[in-house]
Amino acid sequence: MKILRRGGLLALLVLMLVFPVLLSPNTAVTDIAVYTLIYAMGATGWNIFSGYTGYISIGHTVYFGFGAYTMALACQYWNIPGGYLPFLLLPLAGLVAGVFAIPLGALVLRTRKYAFSITTIAVLFIFQLLGFNLTGITNGSRGIFLPSPPWDPNLSDLPFYYVAFILLVIALFVSWRIRHSKYGLGLLAIRDDEDRAFGLGVKPGPYKLSAYVISAIFVGMAGAMFAYFIGTIFPQFVFDPVVDVNLTTIMFLGGLGTLSGSLIGAVLVVPLQQWLTLLLGASSLNLALFGSVLLVVLLVLPKGIVNSLKTRWIAWKASHPKAEARVNDAASQERAVLAERREVL
Amino acid sequence: MSLLEVHAVSKAFGGIRALNDCSLAVEQGTITGLIGPNGSGKTTLFNVITGYERVDSGEIRFDGKVISKESPATIFGLGIGRTFQLTRVFTRLTVLENMHIALPRTMRGLLRHWGSAQEQRQTLELLDFVGLTMLKDEPAGNLSYGQKKLLEFALILVVQPRLILLDEPAGGVNPTMINELATIIRTLNEQKHITFLVVEHNMEFVMNLCHTVNVLHRGTTIAEGPPEAVRKNASVLDAYLGV
Repeated sequence: MKILRRGGLLALLVLMLVFPVLLSPNTAVTDIAVYTLIYAMGATGWNIFSGYTGYISIGHTVYFGFGAYTMALACQYWNIPGGYLPFLLLPLAGLVAGVFAIPLGALVLRTRKYAFSITTIAVLFIFQLLGFNLTGITNGSRGIFLPSPPWDPNLSDLPFYYVAFILLVIALFVSWRIRHSKYGLGLLAIRDDEDRAFGLGVKPGPYKLSAYVISAIFVGMAGAMFAYFIGTIFPQFVFDPVVDVNLTTIMFLGGLGTLSGSLIGAVLVVPLQQWLTLLLGASSLNLALFGSVLLVVLLVLPKGIVNSLKTRWIAWKASHPKAEARVNDAASQERAVLAERREVL
Repeated sequence: MSLLEVHAVSKAFGGIRALNDCSLAVEQGTITGLIGPNGSGKTTLFNVITGYERVDSGEIRFDGKVISKESPATIFGLGIGRTFQLTRVFTRLTVLENMHIALPRTMRGLLRHWGSAQEQRQTLELLDFVGLTMLKDEPAGNLSYGQKKLLEFALILVVQPRLILLDEPAGGVNPTMINELATIIRTLNEQKHITFLVVEHNMEFVMNLCHTVNVLHRGTTIAEGPPEAVRKNASVLDAYLGV
């Protein structure tokens, strides 16, 4: 089982590494692949907070926007030419998003559950308005142009693809480390019963805020990647609620709180969304259709693909005769041990 | 000095005085019962002791230290564990993961694996003690009511608390398991010297298990003493039968 899993993971990594090289110079496909990886990375980050603690943030686009504007403004301010240099600004973009997340997180985390979700989206709209109106910084609705890389246009997706790939691997690694740590167990305990966890020594405040900041850092880097990739940013596209719809749809479809859910969700959701935009973008009907995708996912697969498969697998194992025999064996051993213990007592 | 001292505590919710000048002492090493009609303030008393509610007036001391202004996490850290009337386990985590939540953690150890080999030995031993080893990889939400009660009880034992507050441990549990539960409590009391404060409606259970019994009525203690004496106390009979 472990070998199978490791082998599968290795095969997937190799496939993801050679995939764009095999397809180049098909920019239509590699474009979508880059978006998919950026969103998979953002969703992995979002999941570290919302998936593990159960606090569904629908305002993480704020950090997407902070990341995007950090990238754009830093390039402008330091006169950074297009090429590989702007990629070095990614950690800075993450850091800026993270620093902003500390006071904003402290504010929105004063609420719980639905009130929390609504507060996060209110914060998003505040910053969207600021993006439009703080023209001295953001250039308002005229937007900011980022330097364009001097690469062969047929192959220029490749550097973006591999940088996004590296960031995704880092995000998945951080998420995996957290999931299996004492810290992560505290977050999951908060998701299941926050007050009870408090009474068992898990202080919810610092746990929630730190997870919120970590997730903001990754979403911020996703925003910076996005900004550099599309080349121009406008307040309505980086402080865009659709980004949050994407992140939540990806994780709800893939499996909220699961590690591989972000990847599976992104691979299914992002190409679909890009395809719908291509098909119906002119009429904006794509947004209506995409919104209904989220509704269908919530109705049909509320636990997501990964969790549903896991449940099926456990059910199959339990009904499989060989597996059942093992369980029965363990049960009889258990009863013997119990009987022994009673005698001792 | 008693291990737990509740001194003249009052707590009101709107117009209802849930606790009214309530005083109570739990001696080190005893199993103390707390009985009273529905709505007499038993659960509120548990909530103020464990920091889930703030007292309006009065003082609570644990081992001589005033704890009435501390948070639930701090009070748990001082050595008071509790269970809830309606069991509260972490339903989507496995039984074994549940057992590891209460383990103490340091800033530096936060990113280590949630259960080191040594910790897992300790928690598996406890699961064995309550008879849940077989279910260790099962999500806690799949357990039966009685099994959840046992798990909730076991998961506070990992830190070896000095005082455990049990809120209706026998409620909704079948008679065989009630006996088993009594045996477990007695064993912990005698061998690990854990002090217990038990709220329970099952009189047989209380009378057999407890060394002293406190009776709460309308937010204040009206009687205290050994089970036999309390059973015959006139004001207790009044409170229960409403004569």
